Amino acid sequence: MRVKVDQPKCVASGQCVLAAPAVFDQDDDGIVQVLVDRPEAVHHEDVRESVAVCPAAAIWLEEE
Amino acid sequence: MTETETETVTTATTPTPHAEYPMARATGCPFDPPPALREQRDGGPISRVRLWDGSAPWLITRHDQVRALLGDPRISADPSRPGYPHRDAGAKARAGTRQTFITMDDPGHARLRRMVTAPFAIKKVEAMRPAIQRIVDDLLDTMLAAPGPVDLVEAFALPLPSLVICELLGVPYEKHDFFQKHTKVLVRRNGDPQEVIAASEALIDYLEDLLTDKLAEPGDDILSDLATKRVATGELTAREAAEMGSLLLAAGHETTANMIALGTVALLQHPDQLALLRDGDDPKEIAAAVEELLRYLTIVHFGRLRVAVEDIEIGGVTLRAGDGVICAADIANRDPELFPDPDRLDLTRDARRHIAFGFGVHQCLGQPLARVELQVVYSTLYRRIPTLALATGVDQLRFKHDGVIYGVYELPVTW
Repeated sequence: MRVKVDQPKCVASGQCVLAAPAVFDQDDDGIVQVLVDRPEAVHHEDVRESVAVCPAAAIWLEEE
Repeated sequence: MTETETETVTTATTPTPHAEYPMARATGCPFDPPPALREQRDGGPISRVRLWDGSAPWLITRHDQVRALLGDPRISADPSRPGYPHRDAGAKARAGTRQTFITMDDPGHARLRRMVTAPFAIKKVEAMRPAIQRIVDDLLDTMLAAPGPVDLVEAFALPLPSLVICELLGVPYEKHDFFQKHTKVLVRRNGDPQEVIAASEALIDYLEDLLTDKLAEPGDDILSDLATKRVATGELTAREAAEMGSLLLAAGHETTANMIALGTVALLQHPDQLALLRDGDDPKEIAAAVEELLRYLTIVHFGRLRVAVEDIEIGGVTLRAGDGVICAADIANRDPELFPDPDRLDLTRDARRHIAFGFGVHQCLGQPLARVELQVVYSTLYRRIPTLALATGVDQLRFKHDGVIYGVYELPVTW
C-alpha cells in the first residue's frame, strides 16, 4: 500500500489524523502531511478509514 | 361514475404532487427524522420536494449519494446562483448581502477557508482540552451551587461553546448577550427578512470595529491574526474579515450548545447508554460515543442546500444544471445500508462515517473543536452529576422544530 495525498485539495478537516495518527499529520495550517507513505500492514485498516472519511477526497491509495 | 371513481382516475393521470419540505417530526418522537421524510426515502432515494416558494428541488436521502454529491465539484454552494433552493425568505434575502467561504465555491472558497484553518488543526485543538475541561468544571461548580432546578442550556450548554469560541476569536465574552441574540435570529427559520439582514449586519459591524482595535493592539487570537496578516496586507478588506469572523462566531454557538442539551435529553431517555458514559473512562470509547450521538441527533436537520452547475447522473436520475439539490444528512445518517438498526442509539457502534458535519469541501471547519468540547462535556457532566434528571416531562420541552439547528430552547434539570 502506498499513500498519496493532494495537498491543494485538503480542507484541513483533520479526519485522517484522527483515523490514522501514525500515518498522517497536519502542517501549521492544518493541511495533510504523510508521515509514512508505505505504512505497515497493522495500519492499513486505519488508512482505508482515513480515505473513506476525508471530505475532500484528498487522500488515495496505490496498492502495490 | 361515482365520485370516488372520478377521484381515482384523476389521481392516476396526474403526476404525484411533490411532498412539502421540511416535514414535521412525529409527536412524542423528538429524536427521529420526520415519518414523511422516511416515506419519501422509502419511495426512492432521489425524489423531488416542494419548498416554501413553490420551487421543487431534488431531495437526496441515501448516505453514499449525499456524500457523492456534496463532494462533487459540479455542485455549487453559492446561494446567488439561479435555482439555489433557499430555505426561507429570510435566507433568500440575505443570500446576496454577504459572501463568506461557506457560500462560495473553489477556488475562492479554498483561498478564504485556509486563512482560518490553523487554529482548528487536531494538535492545536487537543492542546485546548485542559482549558476546555477547566471551563466545563467551573460552569458545573457554579451550576451545582445554585438551588435546582436550573436551565441546563443557559447555565451550561450555551456558555461553554460561547466562552471557547470567544477566546479563540478574541471577542470579549461580556458581549455574549449581544451576539447570542443576533445569532438566534440567523438560525431561526421563517424569520422576518429585514430582521435577518439587520442581525447579520449588526454582528458584522461589531466585528469590524473589533478588528480595527486588534490592528492597533493585536492579541493571540483569530481576529488579530486576520487583522494583522490579511487586512493590513490588503488581502482582505476589514469588511470581509469581519464577515468571516461573524461566520465563525455564529457557527460556534448554536451547534455545540444544541448537541450538549439535546444529547443530554436523548441520554436521559436511554439510561443504559448514559451509564456507558458515566462509568467508562476510555477516551476511545468516549470519542466513539460522541460520533454516535452526532449521527443519531444530526442537529443540522435542514438539509445541505446546493445547486447543480452541470448535468449530473446519479442513481439513475439526471440532475440538470440549475436544479436545486437538498442533501438530507439527517435521514442519510439513518441509512440502514451503512448503520444497521439505524434508529437505535448505540454508543458502542462505529459511527465515524456519519455526515453530521456535512461532507465535501464545505465540511464543518470547527469539527475538531466541537469533538473535543463534546468529549469533555459528555465524559464530565454525568460523572459529576450522576443523579441528573429532567425537571419536567419530555413532552413539556420546547424542541426547535423551527430552527436550522435542532435542539431544545430550555432544559430544566435537577439532581
